[in-house]
Amino acid sequence: MAHAAAVAKPPPHGTAKAPPPPPRKRRGNGASPRRLPYLLIAPAALLMLGFIAYPVVSVFYYSLRHYNPTKPWRNGFAGLDNFVTAFTDDPDFWRTLGFSFQWVAVEVVLQLLLGLALALLVNQTFVGRAMARALVFSPWAVSGVLTSTIWLLIFNSQTGITRYLADAGIGSYGTSWLSDTGTVFPAVVVAELWRGVPFFAILILADLQSVSKDLYEAAEVDGASRVRQFLHITLPHLKDAIILSTLLRAVWEFNNVDLLYTLTGGGPAGETTTLPLRIASIAVDSHDFGYASALTAVAFVILLFCSLLYLRLSKFGGQDK
Amino acid sequence: MSSTRKPPRWQIHLPLGLYLLFTLIPFYWILLFALRPTGSTSLVPWPLTFEHFDKVWTERSFATFFQNSVLVGVASMVMTTLVALAGGYALARFDFRIKRGFMLALLCSQFIPGALMLVPLFQIFAELQMINSLGSVIVAETVFQLPLSMILLSGFIKNVPYALEEAAWVDGCGRFRAFLAIVLPMLRPGLIAVGSFAFVHSWNHFLFALMFLSDQGKQTIPVGLATLMGADSVDLGALAAGGVVAAVPVVIVFAFIQKWLVTGFSAGAVKG
Repeated sequence: MAHAAAVAKPPPHGTAKAPPPPPRKRRGNGASPRRLPYLLIAPAALLMLGFIAYPVVSVFYYSLRHYNPTKPWRNGFAGLDNFVTAFTDDPDFWRTLGFSFQWVAVEVVLQLLLGLALALLVNQTFVGRAMARALVFSPWAVSGVLTSTIWLLIFNSQTGITRYLADAGIGSYGTSWLSDTGTVFPAVVVAELWRGVPFFAILILADLQSVSKDLYEAAEVDGASRVRQFLHITLPHLKDAIILSTLLRAVWEFNNVDLLYTLTGGGPAGETTTLPLRIASIAVDSHDFGYASALTAVAFVILLFCSLLYLRLSKFGGQDK
Repeated sequence: MSSTRKPPRWQIHLPLGLYLLFTLIPFYWILLFALRPTGSTSLVPWPLTFEHFDKVWTERSFATFFQNSVLVGVASMVMTTLVALAGGYALARFDFRIKRGFMLALLCSQFIPGALMLVPLFQIFAELQMINSLGSVIVAETVFQLPLSMILLSGFIKNVPYALEEAAWVDGCGRFRAFLAIVLPMLRPGLIAVGSFAFVHSWNHFLFALMFLSDQGKQTIPVGLATLMGADSVDLGALAAGGVVAAVPVVIVFAFIQKWLVTGFSAGAVKG
């Protein structure tokens, strides 16, 4: 029945056979086919070595040093001092790390669920679908700073939405959701959802379009309900897309600095400071590059570990095509 | 595709309508603040005024920010697309020894946060005498968009049948000419998708510009906006107008690429 249909899942779209190897000897093409691929990836590889790989290495190097241009007399090898400080003597480290996880978990789960629902909705056929897609996806193009701008206007205590709600008898005048510790978290979550949901919706919709229609027709013949069709055909098909987009988004939300920096500045009272925000402020405000690098190194390891764990748990790439 | 048994219409229209409200009210809100006079609390932008735009464009030097942002956006778009096109072609068409390692590096680099690399990047650009020049931001934006762009483009190139290229070789074209004549035209949707991602991304990105450019005349629009927000008493009208100026180019680009967006991703990104 529906189960049988699920088993008959076609090979995922796009995994067609690897292209045939290029013909051996071709004269007159400049570089030899042997060297050509290396030449082609060289610019990208060099840029990435210089501006990604080298910085990563240097973060680990500086994490083992005291390095503060404003206090040069302390500079030098520090061993694990920076890490010891972070783990034992810096409550802010634990607090900002905790908030980072809370932020990522809430954002990613809500964005995934809403994005999935939205993708399923705009995948239906209805009048005005193209327009509806363009509109609901549009916040995807909006930056973190612009999102902050918009929601700052909405949450503003004098002329924001609270004022109009109060006029209508809901709540009271002068409330600023962003400066109250009780409301600031939901407020920033909603602001980020506004622009994050389309990301998931777009990726999921892209994948939805490659589900073969025959499967649904077969399921229909077998009398499977829409819910069962969703669970046994749609969801398994979307699995890889969901895994990859969730992972990318989680890392992205962990590192997202624009929105929180400009919307709340990490406040009130450090309530919305994530670890990357704190790293930036240590580097920029107190010029303690050594300590900032150590926290960065910790963040790297955490991200790497979580990513690997997630990939392992989700059995992503298990078949290793 | 949609299931064959259609859900009742209200089951689509109601949730979609609600979500549309959630999407559109914030856009309306910023337009409202940008277009109504200071002090007005009307919920329609009437009387219409452009004073806020005047103010941000001239007094708040958004004209300069706009220019800088265009430069950064276009330059990193062109660089990203060219470099990723070369790399993507290699990944799509050749088997070479370090290919798997390179693919792995591309994927891993997605987990490396630009935000966490500010300190070393700052030092590198200081060393290269590029601090306070737009070049630093252009390079940084390019580098961080390369991996995804390359993965995307190689997906698109794989979709162009190799036999077509081979046929062109038989006809006496060199590999390069065959690429220009056969592959490039078929890649147009992919190039538009990747190029626009790159443009939108660097237009929007804030952190590198904030950190590497201290000279006000070198700043980009997101930094200009953040400065407006940080002011002691925020001028909401100016802030809204600045936001609209920031939004216009990406909204135009987005409207233009919207239909390629979904196909762009299904062509290869998600499949890696």
